Amino acid sequence: MHNSNRTGPAGRGGDPVITVDSLAKEYRVYDKPEGLLASVTGLFHRTSRLVEALRGASLSVHRGEFVALLGPNGAGKTTFLKLLSGIITPSRGTARVLGHVPWERTDDFRRRFALVMGQRNQLWWDLPAAESFRLHKEIYRIEPARFERTRDELVDLLGVRKLMLQPVRELSLGERMKLELVAALLHEPEVLFLDEPTIGLDVVAQHTIHDFLKAVQAERQVTVMLTTHYMKDVAALCERVVVITHGSILHDGPLEEIVDRFTTHKIVTLDLETIPAAGQMERFGFPCEIRGPRVTLRIDRTRIADVLPEILRSESVRDVSVEDVPLEEIVATLFRAGKAPAMAEANA
Amino acid sequence: MSSAASNGRAPAHASGGPFAGLRTWCTMLAICLEERLVYRGDFIIGTLMRFLPIVTQVFLWTAVFNATSRTDIAGYSQNDIVAYYLLTMVTRAFSSMPGLSGGIARSVRDGSVKKYLVQPVDYVSYLLAARIAHKLVYYVVAILPFAGVFYFCRSYFPPPPDALTIAAYVLSLVLSFLLGFFMEATLGMLGFWFLEVSSIIFAYMLVQYLLSGHMFPIDMLAGIPTGIAGVSLDDVVRWLPFEYTAYFPAAVWLGKIQGATLARDLAIEAGWVVVMAVACRIAWWRGTRRYSAFGG
Repeated sequence: MHNSNRTGPAGRGGDPVITVDSLAKEYRVYDKPEGLLASVTGLFHRTSRLVEALRGASLSVHRGEFVALLGPNGAGKTTFLKLLSGIITPSRGTARVLGHVPWERTDDFRRRFALVMGQRNQLWWDLPAAESFRLHKEIYRIEPARFERTRDELVDLLGVRKLMLQPVRELSLGERMKLELVAALLHEPEVLFLDEPTIGLDVVAQHTIHDFLKAVQAERQVTVMLTTHYMKDVAALCERVVVITHGSILHDGPLEEIVDRFTTHKIVTLDLETIPAAGQMERFGFPCEIRGPRVTLRIDRTRIADVLPEILRSESVRDVSVEDVPLEEIVATLFRAGKAPAMAEANA
Repeated sequence: MSSAASNGRAPAHASGGPFAGLRTWCTMLAICLEERLVYRGDFIIGTLMRFLPIVTQVFLWTAVFNATSRTDIAGYSQNDIVAYYLLTMVTRAFSSMPGLSGGIARSVRDGSVKKYLVQPVDYVSYLLAARIAHKLVYYVVAILPFAGVFYFCRSYFPPPPDALTIAAYVLSLVLSFLLGFFMEATLGMLGFWFLEVSSIIFAYMLVQYLLSGHMFPIDMLAGIPTGIAGVSLDDVVRWLPFEYTAYFPAAVWLGKIQGATLARDLAIEAGWVVVMAVACRIAWWRGTRRYSAFGG
């Protein structure tokens, strides 16, 4: 699955498939204070305020890109996908997907993309998925021969051929999700939006879905945007990551760049011959964690080339590893901060 | 994957031809039928329960006629009344839409209506297909008990009308189905504006029950003053669409409406269907616009 399209956005030619310019969405929410009395007053007078779910996001995506939208809950990721799939209209700004304004919801546009929301199903609950597929064949006007070929390819890739004849309500969450993906891809959409496609799934199912998405994306040049909370999804699938917090795009670029931009140190793990004495490791002046003979140091990236040889010289080290800060940790920090650190702005 | 797909250009969908829309709709109908059949047990019980209210109505009117020396009330003999109630039951089997409004409002509240914004499919057409499937399954289940009741009560009925009246009756029933469908679908779309529509549905049901002729023949309202000079209660009812969802087809079968009046009233019924279908469209259009603006 090491394919040629794992290049950055700059490496692609042609017009972008998705262009978004200063897209903003505000919601009016009504405050409902606690208590019965407040509820009664609320019948006559309600106070409302505007919540900015998305404040002026801009980006463009080229054919065949696989983009992850990351952000804490309520950051505006799902709002972003809803805007691009035309479910909601923006308060300001413009967007084009496949040359269409999504919220005009023309049938021509709707036949060319698909949206899978992890928690909602397009499959009919009481019927086998095969029936829902048959309906999609008609709704999307898929030629019969092509429909069968695509369906068979997709169910075989996911190993769910037998399951498509069983009522959907009898299936497990993972099985349902796989069949949802088949349903979404039957009409060979050019753009695919996935809202938390692996939520609640076990590791094996997640893995199957990763492989499936990679295969589909590589062979069909589908442009995919997904939101997720699992870094495994991102690492496995996406060469480009868009971090959204508080409705603004905080970072947009290759996954590796996040590490470069938002971390100041590396994690150095040492396995010593003996358990270090008190103060023995602290003297290097970096935060350290000691568990028996294993020591973990967080060392400034700029100084690692000087410090590491010194440590190796002065300590009897059995094994050493130097790693980036785990993605989860970086992202968690980003989410908490909500604003790019000053250093990041300097880098940008 | 297919070679055509791998260069990512050839669209998977053909233009579909002139009947593609109809074919989509027929598939939708077939799938809705399959879905209904999953719940056949519930359906049979629900169907049989529908016969209970009619029994109480028959008992009530028997008691009314026993208590008076009159042989008719507002032009209805005891036999006419029983025949009338049985016939309104048939109309209601066409025009009543259990769960339609509530279902639409629920799909708005829980967000499942999104599917119809994202997919190239029309929600109202889908609802109509689902409802026709619902009705067809109901008729298959209900035909035997209906036939039994009508056979058992055959002595209450006047001799069957001529072929033309029967044709008009069937047309009035089909129109009553469409009218009931579009009225309740429009009602359900209020869910785009109100979080909860069950009390609105309840109020509608109440008005519908009173003014449609479901509770008593609406020509019994003739001459009851409304307080406005020259306007009686039945004039008001005649200006509303409700009578077509219970009274009107029954009155056609019983020969109470004939000739030019029949043709005119059928045209008015068809007019109401158009009005409500347009109202339903507008409600959907404005509702989805509001939904999109407020955040889906």
